[in-house]
Amino acid sequence: MAKQKSLKEEFTKGIVKENPVLRLVLGTCPTLATTTSMESAIGMGISAAIVLVCSNIVISALRKVIPQKVRIPCYIVVIASFVTIVQLLVKAFVPSLDQQLGVYLPLIVVNCIILGRAEAFAGKNGIVASAVDGLGMGIGFTCALIVISAIRELLGAGSLLGHGILPFPAMTIFILAPGGFFVFGLVMACANKLAEAGGGKKAELGGCKACPMASSCEKLAKGEDCEKEKEAVK
Amino acid sequence: MKIFFSILLTAILTNNYILSKFLGICPFLGVSKKLNTAVGMSAAVIFVMLLSSAVTYPLNTFLDKHDLGYLQTIVFILVIAALVQLVEIVLKKYIPALYASLGIYLPLITTNCAVLGVTILNIDNGYSFSHAMINSLGAGLGFMVAMVMFAGVRSRLESCQVPKFLQGLPITLVAASLTSLSFLGFTGLVENMFA
Repeated sequence: MAKQKSLKEEFTKGIVKENPVLRLVLGTCPTLATTTSMESAIGMGISAAIVLVCSNIVISALRKVIPQKVRIPCYIVVIASFVTIVQLLVKAFVPSLDQQLGVYLPLIVVNCIILGRAEAFAGKNGIVASAVDGLGMGIGFTCALIVISAIRELLGAGSLLGHGILPFPAMTIFILAPGGFFVFGLVMACANKLAEAGGGKKAELGGCKACPMASSCEKLAKGEDCEKEKEAVK
Repeated sequence: MKIFFSILLTAILTNNYILSKFLGICPFLGVSKKLNTAVGMSAAVIFVMLLSSAVTYPLNTFLDKHDLGYLQTIVFILVIAALVQLVEIVLKKYIPALYASLGIYLPLITTNCAVLGVTILNIDNGYSFSHAMINSLGAGLGFMVAMVMFAGVRSRLESCQVPKFLQGLPITLVAASLTSLSFLGFTGLVENMFA
């Protein structure tokens, strides 16, 4: 690959233009689940970013060794190894965070952002570019989590990072499940609005390119859903 | 017997995997546009959840016995991925009718966090094997309930006038929020029923 994009561009695209959560709509599960407080959101963002950078580096270093046909299982093994490392580190040094994140920590393995970047970027690009891409995407993920969690914690618990701020009673619903969906929906609407003002496209699920399982999904797409969705978008 | 029902109902209603644990949101938003795809996907998820719980549970006992507990994440995801592939091949060869209805959803399930989530939660909650299987069944059924309900909501949504900035995904998420709100009504139901 020729250097058609500067490293700076690779870095910033993950934060704004291709923000994994708000633009590519990947990794929705951890986004909804860990944004009940800013603390756990930051913890999740950083853990995922570490896994993302490390797995991007290793996968890009191995991209010529891994056979095309079994690449997805190989990627999963690499990612799972780094998730285990992060999991053990968090358990050892920040046990309170481990308690908060619970099952979502091991579930970073199936976070589609990580597999998606491995498939879409690290498998095709050099080590430095992949590391920068991973870092940008990781920071973009963390930023989106922080924005959503700040809203939810402020409204739902009346605090920010555990410090009580709101003088009036908080609306607990915002840190419960429905509030998660609601705030995520509104934040995404705002992001769409901003993107529109900046001349970008709306965020769409079924941006099939972004999904790591796009190749196996083709059968499904051929028949019905994705095709129709594409038409609906037009 | 009581505990079986309690686990089953908890997994379906009060702790619905999609609507209160946020596991499996991608298929929830992606495949819930039409009722029949929603049902097909859910059936495949129930099948894979039961199967992978049945396989990973004894495997975890084995890992624990040999002090290899830290390998849990890697082993589980690989077992699930391999299992899904295997099931796909077996179905294709021997039960083509079932393959025709479930087959296309199977590869999508490998990276479905609800499946890995249920296998890990079975271990974390300290369930016995039979309780773990019941929990997996409940999780799968809960997945189906949420998917089917949401498919209905979405078909109503299609014919609505939505403000431009909310169109598409944002309004879908707000609708999901309301669906999830309705499930909050079940809070405390199971505890009181079996108290």
